[in-house]
Amino acid sequence: MPPSQEFRIIGRSWPRHDAREKVLGRPIYASDFTMPGMLHGRALRSLYPSARILSIDTSEAEKLPGVVCVLTHKDVPKNEMEMALPGRMAEATAGAQMATQPILADGRVRFLGEAIALVAAESPEAAAQALDLIRVEYEELPGVYDSLEAMKQGAPKVHESGNILQRWHVRKGDVGSGFEEADVILERTYHVQLLDHAYMETEGGVAWVDPDGTLVMKVGTQVVEHYTDVTEALQIPRNKIRLIAAPMGGGFGGREDVTVEILVGLLAWHTRRPVRLVYSRDESILAHGKRNAYVLRYKMGAKRSGEITALEAEVVSDSGAYAALTPWILYYTTATATGPYRIPDVLVDASAVYTNNTFASAFRGFGSVQACFAYEGHMDAMAGELGMSPREFRERNYLKKGDTISSGWALESEPMLDELTSRAWEALGPPPKREPGKKIGRGMAATMVPYGRMAWTHDSSTAWVGMEADGTAMVRCAAPDPGGGQGSSLVAIAAEVLGLPMSRVSIGPADSHMAPRAGTTTATRQLFMSGNAVLKAAREVRESLVAQAAQMLGAREADIELVEGDALTPDGRRLGLAQVVREAIASGRPVESLAKYDAPVADTIDPDTGQGKPFNDFTFGVQVAEVEVDEETGQVRVRRFVTAFDVGKAINPSAVEGQLQGGVGMGLGDALMEEVVIDEGFTRNPHLMDYKLPTTLDTPDIETIVLESGQGLGPFGAKGIGEPALIPTRATIVNAVSDAIGVQLREAPLTPERVYRAMRSGTD
Amino acid sequence: MNQEISLVVNGTSHTVRVGDHWTLLDLLHDALDLKGTKDGCGEGVCGACTVLVNGRAVRACLTLAAYVQGAEVVTIEGLARDDELDPVQRTFLELGAVQCGYCTPGMIMMSKALLDENPNPTRDEVREALAGNLCRCSGYTKIIDAVMAVRGAD
Repeated sequence: MPPSQEFRIIGRSWPRHDAREKVLGRPIYASDFTMPGMLHGRALRSLYPSARILSIDTSEAEKLPGVVCVLTHKDVPKNEMEMALPGRMAEATAGAQMATQPILADGRVRFLGEAIALVAAESPEAAAQALDLIRVEYEELPGVYDSLEAMKQGAPKVHESGNILQRWHVRKGDVGSGFEEADVILERTYHVQLLDHAYMETEGGVAWVDPDGTLVMKVGTQVVEHYTDVTEALQIPRNKIRLIAAPMGGGFGGREDVTVEILVGLLAWHTRRPVRLVYSRDESILAHGKRNAYVLRYKMGAKRSGEITALEAEVVSDSGAYAALTPWILYYTTATATGPYRIPDVLVDASAVYTNNTFASAFRGFGSVQACFAYEGHMDAMAGELGMSPREFRERNYLKKGDTISSGWALESEPMLDELTSRAWEALGPPPKREPGKKIGRGMAATMVPYGRMAWTHDSSTAWVGMEADGTAMVRCAAPDPGGGQGSSLVAIAAEVLGLPMSRVSIGPADSHMAPRAGTTTATRQLFMSGNAVLKAAREVRESLVAQAAQMLGAREADIELVEGDALTPDGRRLGLAQVVREAIASGRPVESLAKYDAPVADTIDPDTGQGKPFNDFTFGVQVAEVEVDEETGQVRVRRFVTAFDVGKAINPSAVEGQLQGGVGMGLGDALMEEVVIDEGFTRNPHLMDYKLPTTLDTPDIETIVLESGQGLGPFGAKGIGEPALIPTRATIVNAVSDAIGVQLREAPLTPERVYRAMRSGTD
Repeated sequence: MNQEISLVVNGTSHTVRVGDHWTLLDLLHDALDLKGTKDGCGEGVCGACTVLVNGRAVRACLTLAAYVQGAEVVTIEGLARDDELDPVQRTFLELGAVQCGYCTPGMIMMSKALLDENPNPTRDEVREALAGNLCRCSGYTKIIDAVMAVRGAD
């Protein structure tokens, strides 16, 4: 880094590099993108959650003027998407077991809204009319819509292989003896509902075939590598496709799975014309992966002194009709089921089960929200049994550096939970006065969330950084930015290292043909992984520039500083970097670098006991809230909310606050109003009119506390914050409401009706 | 294309042919190639398509094109003068009120409508005014900060 060790950009708040264009309304999202001669694509979707398809007649639709093609499963060269199931870990890498999902339904539909046929037409109207003219003959089949029912003998089978998709286990110590040591044992069951990402922009993309025969697509996706799924479906070589991640109106895990990529790719490949396919809002809610609904049974033992001795958890996740990423999400739940607490004896049995509900998959938090809701609800309940305050009980049991987590691995960094807890409660201040007609309560939740992928996955990212002869710089790195500011962080890191103002560094699009592979924008990994790759590449370029400048200025390399686009010597002589770059090029010195960052690697965990090193590091946080409940109506209002996290190092403090506040905003919806209601397979609220999202009136000003311990594995000691920001919010608010009404609530959303009933019954 | 509509958009007069069922959002996107106004839900819930019609904030997705005959429309593209950002755009930019950017044009137009009518709103008034504009990224705090900062700046 600069010899002075003083950052010019990192750690200061600056507008993101793309914010100016955004306030001007200029970015072209996939759903806004047009091409000359572009067709409009639509998908026909199943009207039943569980049915046999007896026939599909597309002849009338094909005759409609303006319709260019109608495709069914017969037109898909390889109609099965395959997901390797983890199974025994050794087998997982060999892909021994596969779960499959048809691209277009072939003889059977397993959830309401499954794609059956595709249409491309000259106008959106013709495409819509064509869908109405496709005749599908169904024979309804019995379905199963509840994960616990689906596990029973004789339940309707969603797949021939049976309804159990995946199991994970943790066996640490001996829970039997742990419970024997306990003075108090408490068992309770927690429920987590199905949730939609509800990003403001629905899924969409445009595809076309370039004159050289390459299939090109601009898609709102968190994963550039989805191009491989398209080439599999089309059975074309992987180097004959180019996928560009367009600017996105939010991601939150919803664009981690393939959305429109294969559908729009099929239509463009078939018609050889540009095609746009954008999901309507109801299609988005019906047909893309949701957040898994869970049932979590927790049994905990503790001594009177407040020391936890044992935890037993039984977890069931509803995968819906297909596997998608559910097996891995379940792993995250399993690995984080004990929360940030020291528990000597642990037993976790987790299962994921197929049902005929909309398939579930990645959602910001990836299984961590469900675990956190259960362990934090249970910490409060147990504190109550012990006659301790929720805060005191947690503080007795918080993990410290060197303690073993449930996988038996010793924590390598300091969680800072005591400091986070005191700072958060301090910010909330003294308890408020009573108010007539209102019940006021306070609650907290703490969490521990991994950032970066599992430690055995050999995760890596590559980035290219290069100087231009005018003294500007370019970053190439195929890291999609769904709106979290990933791109801006990479620009800032390069600018810091190269001594350039941010305005002189650009980042190209996440383009599979033009940018080196960065891996997915998921698992809170881009700042950690691609940030390190850009840092490494930029440092290599810097080294070359410094050597060149030292030679030109007759100074020692160690004395050269790069500041605001100049190379400086201690005695005040300076050279513009443009000149340095030109001389470097002329003398054959590199002014660009391609660097790869490899995450630390550990052995795979033991699949029977879950023991080993699951993740390289974790982000820790604490949230506290104050709520009021209307005694007459059960309506909840969140009055105050404080979120406190150790982010390692804030690359852009303003952006970190934005992430922290955004996580709380989303968690508030989860706690108070959001649920995809599926009634015997039929989604009842596939519109934003009745899928309620929090507004400005529901959301208080969110106070943030940012600790910077510098312990992270990311650039400059940064940890990841994208997903962690959301994790404890649901538990915090539900715990606060439980405190207000004196009854523990163990499911959400906390609709007025649910709260009112709990208040009235006075029991849990 | 069976109807002709004349209107002023961002200070420029246009006459365009539209279909019967076209909305103002269709007109802006497809006839005028103005893509800054966003389509989030198509049913007037999310506010991403908010524009000003004769100085009042409306949802372009629920407004029929025929309704804007003779009207003066301002969209996100019409706020900046040359390279100079409108004060609302500037505070959104400077205070980190922009994340994915999809709700941003609607938020800015709604804020503009509020500030045109009430140049000194309280924080609660800002909350009330923006209650029909959804954002999934920010938790709203910085958006409200940005609108309040416009007041301070003037």
